Amino acid sequence: MLSVENIYKDYDGKPLLKGITFEVHEGELVCLLGSSGSGKSTMLRIIAGLEEPKSGRVFWNGEDYTQKPTHERGFGLMFQDYALFPHRTVAENIAFGLRMAGRPKIEIQTLVKKALASIRMEEFADRAVTELSGGEQQRVALARALAPDPHLLMLDEPLGALDHNLRTELLKDLRKRLHDSQKPVIYVTHDQEEAFALADRLLLLHEGLLVQEGAPETVFNQPANTWVASFLGLGNLVPAKLVTSKFVETNFGRFELGTSSELEIGSDCMLLLRPEDALLGEKAILTPGYLRAVVRDSVFQGEYYRLDVIVGQTILQVHSPNPVEIGETISIAWPASTLQCLLVV
Amino acid sequence: MKRSRSLIWILWLIPLIFLLFFFYQPLLAIFRQVFSERFNQGWQFFSWGQITKPLLFTFWQAFLSMLLTLLIGLPAAYLFARFEFPGRKSLHTLSLLPFILPTVVVATAFNTLIGPRGWLNLILMDLLNLSNPPLSLLNSLPAILLAHVFYNTSIVIRMVGNSLSRLNPHYDEAARVLNAKPWQAFREVSLPLLMPSILGASLLVFLFDFTSFGVVLMLGGPQFATLEVEIYTQAMSRFNLPMAGLLSMIQLAITLLITLAQSRVKNPRFGKAALSSEQKTRQRPVSTRQKIFVVLMCLLLVVLFISPILSLVSRSLVTFEAARGERGEFETGLTTRYYTELFQNRTGSIFYSNPLAAIRNSLVYSILTMIIATSMGLITAYALSRSGKLTRLLEPFLMLPLGASAVILGLGFLITFNRPPWTSGPFPILIPIAHSLIALPFVVHTILPAIQGIPNSLREAASVMGAKPWKVLREIDLPILLRAVIVSLAFSFTISLGEFGASSLLANARTPTIPVAIFRYISQPGALNYGQALAMSTLLLLTSAAGSLLIEKIRLPGEELF
Repeated sequence: MLSVENIYKDYDGKPLLKGITFEVHEGELVCLLGSSGSGKSTMLRIIAGLEEPKSGRVFWNGEDYTQKPTHERGFGLMFQDYALFPHRTVAENIAFGLRMAGRPKIEIQTLVKKALASIRMEEFADRAVTELSGGEQQRVALARALAPDPHLLMLDEPLGALDHNLRTELLKDLRKRLHDSQKPVIYVTHDQEEAFALADRLLLLHEGLLVQEGAPETVFNQPANTWVASFLGLGNLVPAKLVTSKFVETNFGRFELGTSSELEIGSDCMLLLRPEDALLGEKAILTPGYLRAVVRDSVFQGEYYRLDVIVGQTILQVHSPNPVEIGETISIAWPASTLQCLLVV
Repeated sequence: MKRSRSLIWILWLIPLIFLLFFFYQPLLAIFRQVFSERFNQGWQFFSWGQITKPLLFTFWQAFLSMLLTLLIGLPAAYLFARFEFPGRKSLHTLSLLPFILPTVVVATAFNTLIGPRGWLNLILMDLLNLSNPPLSLLNSLPAILLAHVFYNTSIVIRMVGNSLSRLNPHYDEAARVLNAKPWQAFREVSLPLLMPSILGASLLVFLFDFTSFGVVLMLGGPQFATLEVEIYTQAMSRFNLPMAGLLSMIQLAITLLITLAQSRVKNPRFGKAALSSEQKTRQRPVSTRQKIFVVLMCLLLVVLFISPILSLVSRSLVTFEAARGERGEFETGLTTRYYTELFQNRTGSIFYSNPLAAIRNSLVYSILTMIIATSMGLITAYALSRSGKLTRLLEPFLMLPLGASAVILGLGFLITFNRPPWTSGPFPILIPIAHSLIALPFVVHTILPAIQGIPNSLREAASVMGAKPWKVLREIDLPILLRAVIVSLAFSFTISLGEFGASSLLANARTPTIPVAIFRYISQPGALNYGQALAMSTLLLLTSAAGSLLIEKIRLPGEELF
């Protein structure tokens, strides 16, 4: 079990990580999610021992690893650019970690063969890595990281360098491979789709702090604050004031919340209005306090139409199953159970 | 279309004829001289010892120089690529200084440091109360090695440092994550990836040391003759042109082999992608060991690069003349006499070289070189910029002069052109032509990227709007090329001003150039001759520095000379 305690790190004199604490359990896949520059890669480098924290500690199964040299940790790390050694063949790249660990030659040969078979690249053994496509490089990099059987596998944006179609395809493959390996995994990404598809647990990193931690569903349904909601693209965020624990006031009306807010009464907050939860037309009129809105734009998105509507001075996005004329006035409402009041950060 | 085709032919024809006449003809003349001698006398006109002795010494000193250069250059490259420290940029600029210095200036500068009249000996004589210089470092192998290290360390710093700072740090880190100890990561990953640039730099340094002439001639003295010096001695003192020719052929063959090896080795089989990281690799020294390394390396480089220069300039302003008859008693003090003496016109002695005449000659040669080299370079670059079968066929033919040494060129000229109409008239045209051939590759390398950088669509747009071909050239190409042309002018001027190898064979007693005059002054006894050599060297140093400052200022970023 990996545990990271109160990690601080400065970069160019500015604080980058401001006290990070978390654990990764046996067989668990944890996604470290955050925007670029949030310090997520640095967190991996500190765990790998490539960088030293300013303060804080890294433990593996209770043993303090903070001062342990990288090569003695037995952790695997896959770089965003893969860092495949360009002067060595595919097989030599995969064999590298085993060779450095001093495994016998015959054993290395068998393990490399097995690794190549597992990524269905047996015939690539003697190819130069510079001749491989992006997807092939990614597979070789993963095989190389897994070959020495690390206690913990870390991946730094492994799909970041690939184009969109290839990503979706490789994501499925990666998901299966990581689950099959049964190793604890830390997966760093800025892409929520990847994180939702892979993670047992999400860690959201923002400005050097862990702002939320939990299963993907929990994070999606109950974002901790406005940053999480906007980073995950959950929907409209409207400035509001908490009037009572169950009511918020916006500049286009009062809304009832499904559950009482934990925020202080009278405080400013943001109301989250999810586009996919909006009720339109006749369904809306049945909800007390429904809104009248003018449609400003309508974009066909395949399964629904994305509408930009104006309510008073505010522009909101809602999803509609049917086409709507631009300029038309429609009724909109959100069921109380879908509404949340979020802390502003 | 037909017209532009004939234009290309003319573009090719001009540099082709120029090179055929002034480069390939002299080269051929050297070969002919050797073989006709063999025909007349058999292979009896030389003994093997005459060849093997300078040949072995050339290899030996080049090898030692290369090792010493790597010994200082590799840690220096590491210093510049990996560490951030105050004054880093200035020190890096300083490390480029040797590139611009003419060999005679460097040789004279080291003379003022370690020579019998140099600071080291003067200080020791003063301290130990001696009447004779205690150290005789001049005319020794260490003096040659020292000057070669001074010259070539910056090549290692540039080539290896460049690769090192572009080496993706993830390779080393990936190796360490894959169980490699730091030294294993270096041996297994970083070193193999850097090897092409280390080998490339080593071979280039070796080549420069192998063909070094002025420094060896002036600091090594007669007993330490390399091939180049031996060619000069055979031609100028022994008047044995066939022998000089034979040595030239050997020298050319070896130079060609090293150049081929160099171009092969510096292009890695794994591609350049491995060395294209834009990541920041420099950091401030943190540990005590790093701090000690940075401080010591900086000190070493400052001493290596500054001490000869400072020594030259200061020594040219100080007199230490022994009063007549009283040995050991010095008349010391600051003086500008060596400088004013340069502009006194004293005639009478046949050995006397007129400094004013040398300065005037050099200026005229340099201006002529500037004109010939730049116009020829422009035409050649235009011809090379047209892609096509013809270009591929003729390119090596045009670029071959790169490999020929100045001394061999001088020898070829001596054999081919040493008769009227070439040698008559007030200013022999041969010297500026030789200088132009030496400057030509640099000029082409400056102008060609500039031409290739002009999008053809600009020219097409201009001709669609009705511009005639020469108008396109004037309105589109020339304004864009202006910078490159100015750089080329400055380049060829500076190269000509400091050129020594070819001039030493071609300049006669009446028409010396500045470097040749410096060589003569410093080879003659007497404090005044010595002082005048220093004063002239200092002036040449300042001119060269001004020239390269101009080049650095207007050169586009990213243009490298090698």
